[in-house]
Amino acid sequence: MIDKTALWTVIIGLALGSFFLRFVFTGLVGNRQMPQWLLRHLRYTAVAILPALVAPQVIWPSGTDGQFDLPRVSAALVTLSVGLVTKNVLAAILSGAATLYGMLYFLG
Amino acid sequence: MPITTTKSAYRKGIVDALPFVLVIIPFASLFGLLATEAGLSVVEALTFSVAVIAGASQFTALQLLQEDVPTVIVLISALTVNLRMAMYSASLTPWIGGAPIWQRALAAYLTVDQTYLTSITQYEREPKMTVPQRMAYFFGAVSPVAPMWYIFTLIGAMLGSQVPDSWALDFAIPITFLAMIAPMFRTLAHVAAALVAVVVSLLAVGVPYSLGVIIAGVAGMITGAQVEAWMERTKPGRTAR
Repeated sequence: MIDKTALWTVIIGLALGSFFLRFVFTGLVGNRQMPQWLLRHLRYTAVAILPALVAPQVIWPSGTDGQFDLPRVSAALVTLSVGLVTKNVLAAILSGAATLYGMLYFLG
Repeated sequence: MPITTTKSAYRKGIVDALPFVLVIIPFASLFGLLATEAGLSVVEALTFSVAVIAGASQFTALQLLQEDVPTVIVLISALTVNLRMAMYSASLTPWIGGAPIWQRALAAYLTVDQTYLTSITQYEREPKMTVPQRMAYFFGAVSPVAPMWYIFTLIGAMLGSQVPDSWALDFAIPITFLAMIAPMFRTLAHVAAALVAVVVSLLAVGVPYSLGVIIAGVAGMITGAQVEAWMERTKPGRTAR
């Protein structure tokens, strides 16, 4: 069982630490002008971090204990392709989910 | 349709973030379930979600708490999983840095992958929005996401039974992120940034404390910035955005 002191230390520490990480720029830099080179890098935050977050999950999914899984890889490719073609987030999610469940069903 | 008032900005934020409800519900329920399985009470599970409001790092902390890891290491690991929030904060600053401090503090607490991604996409699409409109849009995007995170943590904790693996809920997050990323590939620089980030994150998957994501993210950002600068040099008079 999880020790209660450890649990509450983690909850409180994680709450304060996460808030600090989220506040450090919006809160402390605020309206001051940031240098051009930094802004140029920040423009690519979302398009770099999120694929980096997702890629290992696609290749080594936690749901299969890290085993390569054809339905999951196919679902990822379908989602990305439909998203690229239609630019429609909901259509991409639904076709990805349909691919995942369809293939999980047929491949058993 | 362009946003003309703060009210329409708020409404558009809600609409644009609505697809995430599909993901937040299973993800939050799963956290509630796993938390009670790990021996947390319903109140403890809910407090965890309300105080921290960060799925991936909550799952990390919960996992490590059960593994006899020193508390300090649990905290550091879970916080490094959240390091990307500092990068989101930096990325949002040029857009909302001019808002009142209380709004920025509230927005900081509510900065999660989904609200960041929705907002930054909109800010870049309509750069002429005013700061109050941007804040209204942000809080609109929060509205379907954050309450669902709390409510379904609670419901999951109260149900307290095991969700079968065959539901493949682990894959809800990758699918929604991929769906959100796809429309962002506007220029060669964006594509290059994403490709480098993916390659580096796969190579760095063995780096402890999820730091591989940060390393890969920085590599992708540097790539994007370099390609953008190169594109400006080769095509004078055109900007990459």
